[in-house]
Amino acid sequence: MAVTDVTPNGPGSAHDDSAPKVALLNNPEIRGWLFQVVLAVVVAYLAYSGWKNMNANLQAAGIASGWAFLNNNAGFAISQSLIEYNQASSTYGRVYLVGLINTLVVAVIGVILATIIGFLIGVARLSKNWMVSRLAAVYVESLRNIPLLLQIFIWYFGVLRLLPQPRDGLDFGFFGLLNNRGYFAPKPVWGDGAIYTLYAFIAACVIAWGIGRWARARQMATGQIFPAFWVGFAVIVLLPVIVFLAAGAPLTWDVPVAGGFRPKGGMTIIPEYIAMLVALSTYTATYIAEIVRAGILAVSKGQTEAAHALGLRSGPTLRLVIIPQALRIIIPPLTNQYLNLTKNSSLAVAIAYPELTSVFAGTALNQTGQAVEIISLTMLTYLTISLLTSAFMNWYNSRVALVER
Amino acid sequence: MSDRPHTAGIAYVRHDMLSEQPAPSTSRGIVAWLRESLFSSIPYTLLTLLCLYILYVIIPPMVEFLFTDAVWTGADRAACATQAQGGMQPDGWFGACWAYVGAYTNQFVYGRYPDAEQWRVNVVAVMFFGGLVPLLIPAAPFKRENIVFMAIVFPVATLILLTGGHFAVGGLYVPLLIAAVLVLAVVFAFAKLSESDPMPGLRSAGLLFVALAVLLFILGFDFGLRPVGTSRWGGLLVTMVIALTGIVASLPIGIALALGRRSAMPIVRFASIVFIEFWRGVPLITVLFMSSVMLPLFLPEGVSFDKLLRALIGVALFSSAYMAEVVRGGIQALPKGQYEGAMALGLNWTQMMRKIILPQALKLVIPGIVNSFIALFKDTTLVLIIGLFDFLGQIQSSYSDPAWSSPVQSLTGYFFAAFIYFIFCFSMSRYSQFMERKLDTGHKR
Repeated sequence: MAVTDVTPNGPGSAHDDSAPKVALLNNPEIRGWLFQVVLAVVVAYLAYSGWKNMNANLQAAGIASGWAFLNNNAGFAISQSLIEYNQASSTYGRVYLVGLINTLVVAVIGVILATIIGFLIGVARLSKNWMVSRLAAVYVESLRNIPLLLQIFIWYFGVLRLLPQPRDGLDFGFFGLLNNRGYFAPKPVWGDGAIYTLYAFIAACVIAWGIGRWARARQMATGQIFPAFWVGFAVIVLLPVIVFLAAGAPLTWDVPVAGGFRPKGGMTIIPEYIAMLVALSTYTATYIAEIVRAGILAVSKGQTEAAHALGLRSGPTLRLVIIPQALRIIIPPLTNQYLNLTKNSSLAVAIAYPELTSVFAGTALNQTGQAVEIISLTMLTYLTISLLTSAFMNWYNSRVALVER
Repeated sequence: MSDRPHTAGIAYVRHDMLSEQPAPSTSRGIVAWLRESLFSSIPYTLLTLLCLYILYVIIPPMVEFLFTDAVWTGADRAACATQAQGGMQPDGWFGACWAYVGAYTNQFVYGRYPDAEQWRVNVVAVMFFGGLVPLLIPAAPFKRENIVFMAIVFPVATLILLTGGHFAVGGLYVPLLIAAVLVLAVVFAFAKLSESDPMPGLRSAGLLFVALAVLLFILGFDFGLRPVGTSRWGGLLVTMVIALTGIVASLPIGIALALGRRSAMPIVRFASIVFIEFWRGVPLITVLFMSSVMLPLFLPEGVSFDKLLRALIGVALFSSAYMAEVVRGGIQALPKGQYEGAMALGLNWTQMMRKIILPQALKLVIPGIVNSFIALFKDTTLVLIIGLFDFLGQIQSSYSDPAWSSPVQSLTGYFFAAFIYFIFCFSMSRYSQFMERKLDTGHKR
């Protein structure tokens, strides 16, 4: 059990009446308050003088302050934008949004990839196959001991930039083209009625959830087991496919064609994004792998033996006994890694992937000079993302946590 | 009982023990190991083959690039460029250019530190490793003296050696004197008001100010060293300076924050939590941006910080928040009985923390401190983004030199950087694992 509060006052403050009269300053409570007031005054003074200096300095340098610049025209191009952005008319506020979305795009995909790689490597390190476990160990030890920024540089300048020109790039046929201008992927073009497939998918998810609930209730009541997972899985896969085919398969692919200067058609994934994604996910995966390994090792062997003794086979043992307990240990540090990955995505500024730090705290700051507003907004954004993520993971953690005593 | 054994009807009975037999050949030796750990079932065999394939894809090209095709000697870029690129290598050649790394080694270590003054950096390095190694070996004697050396003598000597000393501190003596008088008066008044003996407080405050005055004198003293501005520092030197300053500054701040976070005083606890969570919630690069562009705005007119110093402040603030959490982990790991025992002995809060809690807690978190040092060491690379030349930044800046520019130059430089960082980080993580095993005294829950 954690020691929750360490009182600064030793024993003695409880018996006021019988205690001998002591000087006011020897009363630990008063002493504590005096100390806190002094601290608050010092902090307030520092903040005030910083504020005053800042205003004086800004005035001396002739830099405008305030948030009006967010409505000014930015006038620079951004190489990747998921929302509409154009160089001629978009504002700094738009730049912020584009940057934020690009950060989230690389962070969310990176988190998913890192989790998959991390779990695979973590399990592989525990494998009884000597080759597999050694290889996983080498992967973890080598990648986590090299700075992330260096890995980003290696992927970007050392690999993607050394790919051939578009003229003689790698051609994967339907799966697109890879050259030093990025990866050109086939782009899905949805026809009429394609939206029904999405509706069908949502409906299938709801049905699968319902089947799960019903199966659980029935098992509780009668003890009969229903293969809810596989049935739900089948519903989720089959229903959208049937609807998709019934609607006349309204999907065509815009496959990129190699051209002289740059490929035509398809969608472009810029090399900066690929470098960031690969570097972030492979690097964070090493930490996740160690967390997963520690989590699985922390579930005692007796749990497996007890589950076997109760007659569970190894599949259900893993699913119902080992993984739920391991997850409990894995989730808090895993949250930290997700946050680290999100924060590390700011390293993209070094290779000019247009995320928040790069376009907003970089280019926009250089153009406007409004350091205070821009840096504060950037920091607050990251802080908000961090707090939201940890709030969500805390909620999830409290759901899977062991309810003890 | 008759002499005849009851086994008369049985054809053969062994009367002596059999000697131990070796295990059957299928369950020992290399064959059994292979069968057990590589080919025990069909999926395992497939996995093993997959691993072998991965190794086959990765290892031979790496060996070719790094060793067999590499260029080890040469005077300029001609050695490391193909004929089509104006060099002397056959077309299609692709190998590491170690000659370039060799030509640049001095810059990678010292940056643009003047050649004639590099002995000062070497002296600092010798002092550092001379002081650190005995500190890291648990059995080595003179720990206390060593810590004093590393915590007080070494930083001051380093500062003077690296910058050249002879700081303009003449104007600080008077403020120091005023501060001394004020503090002594406050201590005296405080003691009088609380009806206790003022002497111990006065003595320690006085000693502190005498020490500060001595420090000022040393900093202002002209040792005859040529001044070297921080703009000329670079390479491994800057990496080490940032990482070490960060970790050394973060320890006391981190301990204070950790204690503050567990304090019963609401304002102190709140301030500590806000501070820690703020720095932990933002990326280091925004902190560096902040310290390089925003910090100067907060200072009064005329006061300006050196670029390196600004980065150091950012790094120190950032890492102290992480250090606080590491230290808090150690404090929380101590059983409650330690607190109760200390209180039962009549120790006050300061005594309890100094003599009972912190010594145990800090010992527990040595591996954690080493781990945050590794993280900080890797994070120092970020300073290249704000225009400082750390080890990686120095390597990057060398790419602009036309004398060595070739397509393999950047990859060679990055591999070299990766190798050096790996050596540092890997050995530190091994040390931290060693300490973890050594310190595992069963206190942790």
